[in-house]
Amino acid sequence: MDQAASATMLHRGEVPAWAVNLGVGIVIAALIPVSISFDKYIDNYVLDVLIRIGVAIILAVSLNLINGITGQFSLGHAGFMALGAYTGGVLLKHYQHQIHGALLPPVFIGVTILGGLVAAIAGLIVGIPTLRLRGDYLAIATLGFGEIITVVLNQIESIGKFEVGGSAGLHNIPHVTNFFWTYAWVVICVVVIARLVYSAKGKPFFAVREDEIAAAAMGIDTTYYKVAAFVIGAFFAGVAGVLSATLSGNLDPGDFNFVKSIVIVVMVVLGGSGSITGSVLAAILLTYLPEQLRAFEDWRLVIYALLLIVMMLVRPEGLLGNRELWWKRKTAMV
Amino acid sequence: MALLEIKNLGIEFRGLRALSGFNFALDQGELVGLIGPNGAGKTTVFNIVTGVYRPTAGDVLLDGKSIAGMKPFRVNRRGIARTFQNIRLFGGLSVLDNVLIGFNQSVAHGFLGTLVRSRRQQMEERLHEEEAIELLRTFDLVDRLHDSARTLAYGPQRRLEIARALATRPKVLMLDEPAAGMNPQEKMDLMELIGAVRRKFNVGIWLIEHDMKLVMSVCQRMTVLDHGETISVGTPQQVQDDPKVIEAYLGKAEV
Amino acid sequence: MHDFLQQLVNGLSVGAVYALIALGYTMVYGVLRLINFAHGDVYMVGAVIAYELAVKLAGLNSPVWVALPIIFLGAMVGCGALGFTIEYLCYRPLRHRPRLVSLITAIGVSLLLENLFQNRRIFGATPRNLPELLVIRPVLSIAVGASHSPVIVTNLDLISMGLCIAMMLGLSWFVLKTKMGLALRAVSFRVDTASLMGINTNRVISMTFVLGSALAAVAGVVDAMRYQVDPLMGLIPGIKAFVAAVLGGIGSIPGALLGGFLMGLVETLLKGYLPAQYNNYSNAAAFVVLILILLVRPSGLLGKTTVEKV
Ligand SMILES: Nc1ncnc2c1ncn2[C@@H]1O[C@H](COP(=O)(O)OP(=O)(O)OP(=O)(O)O)[C@@H](O)[C@H]1O
Ligand SMILES: [Mg+2]
Repeated sequence: MDQAASATMLHRGEVPAWAVNLGVGIVIAALIPVSISFDKYIDNYVLDVLIRIGVAIILAVSLNLINGITGQFSLGHAGFMALGAYTGGVLLKHYQHQIHGALLPPVFIGVTILGGLVAAIAGLIVGIPTLRLRGDYLAIATLGFGEIITVVLNQIESIGKFEVGGSAGLHNIPHVTNFFWTYAWVVICVVVIARLVYSAKGKPFFAVREDEIAAAAMGIDTTYYKVAAFVIGAFFAGVAGVLSATLSGNLDPGDFNFVKSIVIVVMVVLGGSGSITGSVLAAILLTYLPEQLRAFEDWRLVIYALLLIVMMLVRPEGLLGNRELWWKRKTAMV
Repeated sequence: MALLEIKNLGIEFRGLRALSGFNFALDQGELVGLIGPNGAGKTTVFNIVTGVYRPTAGDVLLDGKSIAGMKPFRVNRRGIARTFQNIRLFGGLSVLDNVLIGFNQSVAHGFLGTLVRSRRQQMEERLHEEEAIELLRTFDLVDRLHDSARTLAYGPQRRLEIARALATRPKVLMLDEPAAGMNPQEKMDLMELIGAVRRKFNVGIWLIEHDMKLVMSVCQRMTVLDHGETISVGTPQQVQDDPKVIEAYLGKAEV
Repeated sequence: MHDFLQQLVNGLSVGAVYALIALGYTMVYGVLRLINFAHGDVYMVGAVIAYELAVKLAGLNSPVWVALPIIFLGAMVGCGALGFTIEYLCYRPLRHRPRLVSLITAIGVSLLLENLFQNRRIFGATPRNLPELLVIRPVLSIAVGASHSPVIVTNLDLISMGLCIAMMLGLSWFVLKTKMGLALRAVSFRVDTASLMGINTNRVISMTFVLGSALAAVAGVVDAMRYQVDPLMGLIPGIKAFVAAVLGGIGSIPGALLGGFLMGLVETLLKGYLPAQYNNYSNAAAFVVLILILLVRPSGLLGKTTVEKV
C-alpha cells in the first residue's frame, strides 16, 4: 500500500499545536491546587517518594538526550546534578533568613535556573572532549569528570562567606521544593526535550547517534549538536539537583559519585535508549521498586540487582526499545 | 570557470603517496565517471573533496572558491553531497527521516519556534515532508516511508542514500560505487535513474564505478586512476582504446 | 630524595595491584569489547575468600608458608569459577546485543555482588581485618646516601610486586607461546573471523574470564592483607584499575601493566607531596591525568588508533 498519499495524510487526526500548548499550560497550572492538596492530605513519605520520582524523571530524560538520543555515552550525569544541587543549596541556605513569604517563589525559580545554568556551563566544558573521544573512552572521561566534582566538593569548606560544607556535607538547607515545583519542571523538561528532538531542528541529534560521518556529509555540524546535547542535558540535571537539595535539606558530596550516575544510566537503558517515555517509565519504576522492596529489608538491593539483570536478559532493548508510548508514527523512530 | 575544479591534488598517508597530480573539472548537468582498479585512490579523491581528508597538495575549487581542507559539513553546505561505498544510512531511523535530515540546513525557524511549535515551524515541516515524499517517489521508496532504513534490501538502501544526498540540494552529487552488489538488471535501472536525476535536478554528477561497461554507457567523460596517478582522461571511447588503461585492467574480465 | 624513593616503592606496590586488576579489564575488553563492571567486585570476592580461608587456617595454627599458598590458590580458584559463571549466565546470552546492554548487565552483577556480601548472613557490611597470618614488617631497608632513615620495603610490598611480575610473565608466556594464547589473540583481533577459522570462541572467552578473575583474586588477597576486607572495597580500586587500563590503552596487555604502575605512582607521589589537607585531591588528580592523556591520545598510551574507513 502507498503509505503516503500525501504529507497531510500523515497529520490527519493530529491535535493542533495551540491546543497542545494550552494543554501543557493547563497541566502546569493544575499542579498548583494538586500540590496544595497533596501537602495537606498526603502522607509525607508518599509525597517524598513522588517528588523523588519527579527528580528521577528529569535526570533520566535529560541523560537520555545525551546518551540515548545523541549517542554520547556519558557516565558523569551525577556531576552535573551535584553542581546544581550545591549552587541551590549553598545560596538558599545562606539567604534563608532574607527570603520568605512572597519573595520565595520567584527566588526559587531564579535559583533553580541558576543551578541549571551552572551545570550547563560545566556541560559546555565537558562537551568539548566529546569532540575527540568516543564510546568507552568518552564514558570514562565523563566518569572522571563526575569524580573530580565529588572530590572537589569534599574539599571545599566554604567559598567566601558562603558555607559549602566540605566532606561533612551541607545541612539544614530550607525545604523549598514541593510537588508543584518538581512536576512543573518535569513537564518543562519532557516537553522541551521531546519537542526538540522530534522536530526538523532536532532530528540531527539522532543522526549524530546513527552515523557521525554520514551526518557531517549531510551538512550537520556534529560538534554543535553534541555540545548542545551536553549543555541541555546538564542544565536539566542541574535543575534536578536544586530540587533534590531542597527536598532532603542535606547534601553530601558522596551522593553524587559515579554510582549515582550509573543509576541514571540504568534508567535510560532500561526504559530503552532513545525513548523519552521509556525513560519516564523507568525512572518511575526504578524509584518506586526499591521502596516496595523495603519489606525485604536486607535482601532489598540484592533483589533489585537481580531484577535488573533479569530484565536486561529478557528484554535487552529496554522496556520501550526505540519507540515512544504515544507519539505519532511520523515522528516515532521505527 | 567550471562548477567544480580540482587542481594538482595529492595526498600522502604516513609517507605513502595515495594520490598525486590529480586534475579534474565538472560542470552543472554533467555526468562524469571515475574508474580504476582496487586501491587506485578513487574513494580517496572523494574523501578529500568532501573534507574527510585534508590534501597534502593542490586545491579544490567550487564556484571558483577554495574548499580544500574545509570540514565535511561545510563542504556539504557549499553544495557538494555524496554517498558512501560502504552504505552509511541512519539505519535506526525511518526512510522518511533519513531524507528529512538531509533538509536540515533549509530549516529556517529557530529553536524557540520548535519549542512552541509555531505556525511557521509547522508549515515548514509539512513542506519538507511533502518534498521528501516527492523525492522518495522518484526513487521508488514511497511505500517504505516508515520502515527503518536498516530493514531495506541492498538496492533500495543505495537508492535511499542518493535520495538523502539530494535532499541537501547539492550542486555536485558524488556517488561512490552506487551499483556495487547489484544484479545486472538493478544496475541498468539504477543507471537510468541516475540519468533522470541529472536531468531533473540539473546537478553535476561524479560517479565511481568498477564496472567499465556500465560507466561507459552513461558517462560523457571519464578519468582513470591507477596507484594514485591519472593514467587516462577522455570520452569513454578514448579511454577504452588507451593502451595504458588496458594494461592497468589487464587480466580483468570486463575489458 | 629518600622520600621520593620511598614513595616510589609504595607506588609500585600499590600499582602492582592496580595492574593485576587492570589486566582482567583489558583482556575481557580485548575479546568482548565489554567494560566488565563487575570485575572490581570479583577482586572483592577474592579478598573475602582470603578472609574466610585465613580464619580457618588461623584456627588450625598452620604456618605462614603453608597458609599463604593455600589462600592465594583458593582465592584464585574461587574467583576463576565466579568469573566463568558470570560470563556464562549473564554476558553470553547478550553477546550479539548492543554493547551497552552487556554493560548494564555488568553493572547489575556488580550491584548484586556488593549487596549480597553486605548481607549479614553472607559477610556483613562492617569491614573486617584478616587474622594476623602474615605480620607485615620491613624486609629490606636500603640506606640512601647520607639520609637519616633508609628506604623501607615490606614483605607485603615484595609479595605484591613479585606476584604481579610473576603473573605478568606467566600471562605473557601463555598468550605468546601456547595454542590457547594464540586463539585468544585471534579472537581479540576479530571475533567473527576467528570463529570462521575454527576457533572455539566460547571457550576462549570463558578462559579469558577465568584468567582475568584469577588475577583479580591475587590483587584482592594482597589488599586484604594490606587493608581490610569490605564488600565495597572493589569500587574504588575497580574504577582506578579501569582508568589504568584505559590509560595504557584498553585491550593492550602491556598497556594495563604500564597504566597500573603509572596510576599507583601518580597517586602515591601526590599523596606524599601534596600538603595533608589536599590529600583527597590525589584521587581527583588520577582522573585529571586520565582526561589530559585521553585528550592528547584519544585511545590511551599504548592503544591502537583505529581509523574508521570511510
Ligand atoms: N586513512 C587512510 N590511511 C592510510 N591509507 C589509506 C587511507 N585511506 C586510503 N588509504 C590507502 O589509499 C589507497 C587508495 O584507497 P581508496 O580507498 O581510495 O581506493 P579505491 O580506488 O576507492 O579502491 P576500491 O575500488 O577498493 O574502493 C589504498 O592503498 C588505501 O589503503
Ligand atoms: Mg573505494
